[in-house]
Amino acid sequence: MGRKKGLLAIVVMSMLLAACSSQIETATEGTESASKAAVSDGDSVKVGILHSLSGTMAISEVSLRDAEQMAIDEINADGGVLGKQIEPVIEDGASDWPTYAEKARKLLQEDKVATIFGGWTSASRKAMLPVVEQNKGLLWYPVQYEGMEASPNIFYTGATTNQQIVPAVDWLLENEGIKFFLIGSDYVFPRTANQIINAQLKAKGGKAVAEEYTPMGHTDYNTVISKIKSSKPDVIFNTLNGDSNVAFFKQLKDAGITAEDIPVLSVSVAEEEIRGIGTDVLEGHYAAWNYYQTTDTPENKSFVDNYKKKYGEDRVTADPIEAAYTAVYLWKAAVEKAGSFEVDKVKAAAGGIEFKAPSGVVKVDGENQHIYKTVRIGQVQGDGQFKEVWNSGEAVKPDPYLKTYDWASGLKK
Amino acid sequence: MSVILMQLFNGISLGSILLLVALGLAITFGQMNIINMAHGEFIMIGAYTTYVLQQVFQQQFPDAFGTYFLLAIPVAFLVAAFIGLLMEKTIVKFLYERPSDSLLATWGVSLILQQTARSIFGAPNVAVAAPEWLNGGLSLAGMTFPYKRLFILGLVLLSVLFLFIYLYRTNSGRRMKAVTMNREMASCLGVSTRKVDSTAFAIGSGLAGIAGCSLTLLGSIGPTLGTAYIVDAFMIVVLGGVGKLKGTILAGVMLGIFSTFVEFSTSATIAKMIVFAVIILFLQWKPTGFAGVRVRALD
Repeated sequence: MGRKKGLLAIVVMSMLLAACSSQIETATEGTESASKAAVSDGDSVKVGILHSLSGTMAISEVSLRDAEQMAIDEINADGGVLGKQIEPVIEDGASDWPTYAEKARKLLQEDKVATIFGGWTSASRKAMLPVVEQNKGLLWYPVQYEGMEASPNIFYTGATTNQQIVPAVDWLLENEGIKFFLIGSDYVFPRTANQIINAQLKAKGGKAVAEEYTPMGHTDYNTVISKIKSSKPDVIFNTLNGDSNVAFFKQLKDAGITAEDIPVLSVSVAEEEIRGIGTDVLEGHYAAWNYYQTTDTPENKSFVDNYKKKYGEDRVTADPIEAAYTAVYLWKAAVEKAGSFEVDKVKAAAGGIEFKAPSGVVKVDGENQHIYKTVRIGQVQGDGQFKEVWNSGEAVKPDPYLKTYDWASGLKK
Repeated sequence: MSVILMQLFNGISLGSILLLVALGLAITFGQMNIINMAHGEFIMIGAYTTYVLQQVFQQQFPDAFGTYFLLAIPVAFLVAAFIGLLMEKTIVKFLYERPSDSLLATWGVSLILQQTARSIFGAPNVAVAAPEWLNGGLSLAGMTFPYKRLFILGLVLLSVLFLFIYLYRTNSGRRMKAVTMNREMASCLGVSTRKVDSTAFAIGSGLAGIAGCSLTLLGSIGPTLGTAYIVDAFMIVVLGGVGKLKGTILAGVMLGIFSTFVEFSTSATIAKMIVFAVIILFLQWKPTGFAGVRVRALD
């Protein structure tokens, strides 16, 4: 029996070790390739790319790395920035927020990168924020978020609330009705967003008939759907994140609620997510973004073509992908205007810079370092693409603290 | 009125899903005293088996796509049962009578299985398309009963029925009951307890596979699918009374109904808290779960 025990312990230990070491391997992979790339000569400038290439967020963030890499390749083929070739140092945030802080520090202190492009979740941004501020670095963050932030060392190329949520609520009030059902995952973004929506609805004569949160990864939406049925809202405002969306939309359809009965407007469902959730259950529902693959600009046509040519016909572009691509070009324009790679000079030069992005003309706001963006509401079509049903006509000035909205004065800043 | 009826249905539906998840555990934990942390991963194996079958049917037999799900149920059972058998033969059989060691070892196995699934199928979750005839719902007096829920309900009833027939009407099932009741005596009477243990573990794992198969109807599936259900499953088995199959059934259905009604009057996050609190209080009062409550049906 004693021998058996020992044998078993060894088997179990080695199995556990095997499981652990395979994780470590994947985590260090990025570092190795990066350190090889870190050997540079005087004709190049290093920039950091820091996204989750493994873990649960990899599904979304790998595309951002691809978009940034594509922008860098295009710029390099065109002669680089200030005559220097851009050399990306790619790191893996591994869907783990402390890792983001650690890798950002490594990029700034060891690789001495001119800037970092990175992040997706608000948690990853919050982890990198103190690091880039302490090291006087620069970060370009490409995803829509909950606002209420403006770090001097971060440029935000995704939408803040007044470029996505606020106009979406206005549009729904005007076109779909005044009774809102708010459903979201239970963490910071949905709660902040719904706080804003509640204040806005109150001021504009709308009403939130219910506000529901479910834990991350929740899959049983029958009770929520019962509540939807009994509260009879005109529209559902959806801030669910991740795979809960799959369960929610599937079960909503099975319960017999279609987009014609009660339309759902989502702020975290883009082209990539449609593929995962399934077009059949999403058709007719809405989303609010600043860019769709179908956005009709000449820049977007070549952007989509190039992206598909480079990464495969089956790939789709989406709002954060476009924002990540745009970020690289905005940085290039700021560097060229400043005539230097120094962070202070680049920041000072960035204000007012315009760029013809795939989503239309965007402009950097020098004060809060967000960008002017056109707001677009899209409706999901049978082919998994969006049809734009409304846009703001012009690029909307970013207002992360909602200072220009009277009703927002009572919100926690 | 229709809301209450609808919620009752939702509760029974949730309860039936929880029961299906817990049924396998009721055998491995309840009857064999093995704390099988990898039970959730057998659910995951069942779910991915369904996914693979779906892919095969989509590519090879697109005409027969409507029937793939019916085939997926027995296949998921067999695949999960086979892997369960393998695990019993290589690891679990050394751990009988040592529940705390079984916890650690099976937890290790659970991590290995998760990582394996991640390597094979990738980290992102995948969606399984339900066959056309399961989409939509039955409309009755202003209420809609989704076909998928009805289907799962039927599946659970069938599984329970088969399990009871097996345990009470077949020789191998009777031997299993005998071993549960008195291992030494059964052994003295010539029952090969080793063989019985393997069979029980395989059946428990197989039932988890069926649960995984039915979970694909509700949402997307990923390597960590099982971890979301493992706590609920243990809770049901403990609540029902360890080793009491009928108690497990009662606990599953009651937990489903109770949490749906609490969720309806509060919210999903708070409901989870209240349900846990009530269960803790109940177990303080009746440490042996429903088995401690003298109900004729449980004897």
